Amino acid sequence: MIKIAVLSGKGGTGKTTAVASMAWYSENLVLADCDVDAANLALTMSGRLRTKDDYKGAYIASIDPKLCVECGKCEDNCHFEAITDLKVNAIHCEGCGACQVVCPAGAITMSLRKSGEIFVLDTARGPMVYADLFPGESNSGKLVTIVRRLADDLAESDGLDTVLIDGPPGTGCPAIASVTGVDLILAITEPSRSGEHDLLRLIELAHHFSIPICVAVNKWDLHAGMTREIEESCRRQGVMVVGRIPYDTNVMASIKAMRPLPSMFPKSPAALEFHKIWKEVRSRSKERKGSGLSLKLD
Amino acid sequence: MILAVASGKGGTGKTSVACALALALDRPLTFLDCDVEGANAHLLLRPELRSQEEVLVPYPTIDHSKCNLCGKCVEHCHFGAMVRLGKKVKVMENLCHGCGVCRLVCPQDAVTMSGRPVGTVHQGTAGLMRFFCGELRTGEALSVPIIKRIKKEKDDLVIIDCPPGTSCPAVESVEGSDFALLVTEPTPFGMHDLKAMITVCRRLDVPCGVVINRSFGDDKEVESLCEVAGVPVLLKIPFDRKVAEAYAKGGTLLEAMPELAEVLCDMFMEIRGLKR
Repeated sequence: MIKIAVLSGKGGTGKTTAVASMAWYSENLVLADCDVDAANLALTMSGRLRTKDDYKGAYIASIDPKLCVECGKCEDNCHFEAITDLKVNAIHCEGCGACQVVCPAGAITMSLRKSGEIFVLDTARGPMVYADLFPGESNSGKLVTIVRRLADDLAESDGLDTVLIDGPPGTGCPAIASVTGVDLILAITEPSRSGEHDLLRLIELAHHFSIPICVAVNKWDLHAGMTREIEESCRRQGVMVVGRIPYDTNVMASIKAMRPLPSMFPKSPAALEFHKIWKEVRSRSKERKGSGLSLKLD
Repeated sequence: MILAVASGKGGTGKTSVACALALALDRPLTFLDCDVEGANAHLLLRPELRSQEEVLVPYPTIDHSKCNLCGKCVEHCHFGAMVRLGKKVKVMENLCHGCGVCRLVCPQDAVTMSGRPVGTVHQGTAGLMRFFCGELRTGEALSVPIIKRIKKEKDDLVIIDCPPGTSCPAVESVEGSDFALLVTEPTPFGMHDLKAMITVCRRLDVPCGVVINRSFGDDKEVESLCEVAGVPVLLKIPFDRKVAEAYAKGGTLLEAMPELAEVLCDMFMEIRGLKR
């Protein structure tokens, strides 16, 4: 099974558009939307709901006022400032249980709360797993791990050979959970200083975890000079640039119509480039899988 | 006043709007870049950075000569960060939240808490502004402690550039603000994530208003979403290739659209009337 994750560092560079477009050119794959804070892939790829499950990933403390002796030990020992005036703040509580351990009166219980939902859709291009973390909830990394496990299981049970991951922005907890154990990261960037800055952070993260990474520059012609600078930075880092997607007004039209770009505009310049990138990425990840070499250039 | 600029979806223009507003106001203020996983405001504001400080989170160290392998720390850790490997208990750095339960339950007093660096806060000035930005260490998962540290900075006027998303880092950044300016784009993606962000603001009891960025003129759907939610649309910024080109080289919105300065100042006055 091949696992490919699409990330960017900076948000809004076109990850979801890339994933939906590449999936359109593919069979035998499972899609996993790992941007669980702001899952948008299902807004592009519609499908029939197969399963829906609750995500209970977070413990929360509750204090029984009848048993509480008001000693304040829970407050003193909470590292997250989640208890004030002997009341638990649901947003700050990380569910660590320190308060329960120090309470001399046994007044504190920890319980699992539902903090999101996990869905499996059957799309025209294979099953898609995505999750909806309720606004303001924590533990997104754990939810990403569950989405990925479910996608791997589906690939196994449905006999599919590729898992394509739509990752979150950033380089923290959910991004790390999205790239752990993948065969290849495709970074989608844009020709701007911010795009470059965050791309370099993502490349550093990939190198830190020894995961092969390659890059595509989206809307490259919005600033050809900056695109060249980014490609040069990639070369210096020994990272392969696998494509340049032109600025294409069809992309916005397809997003507004909530459909994958190639399904509406199969001959559009951006769609054709995504097709080319997908073929390249797929064959590279297969090679990698076979030889165990990394994607770094010499 | 504390003004948070947030969005839900990434890449909608939070940093552009936050920086343009800070520059347009042209007065002393404190600017906090809380997008510690991908801080970009310094690329636009070009501050002179003067000092930096490491952010530490509590981290357990185990004295193996005292540990009797009772397994209580392993059993009580809710994050799976304590693992028994052979004859030793090991702390998994990336899973540890620094809560200290392991120390509390250890009957042998074998656990002590020390500090582990997870990132850096840079400090400087840009014109009349005091500037702070956070930087998460590569491979590190915990961004919230860095955001907490940045948010200790107080001033008469604080502008916060928030991270994308609607979970812990975004919540931590917006919480306690007097107003949240939510920057969105008029697409199904932007609207989906805007709705989630409005919910976050409600949960945090922070009043909010919306900026529609890259507008093509017809934004009926976003406007009706805002109307239903009872959230005012404060500003529309038209799509303009000039803006994209200026931004590409680290130019601000104001460089491409100087006329926006006055509009942003007016919007700020309006926010003063809407804030908590």
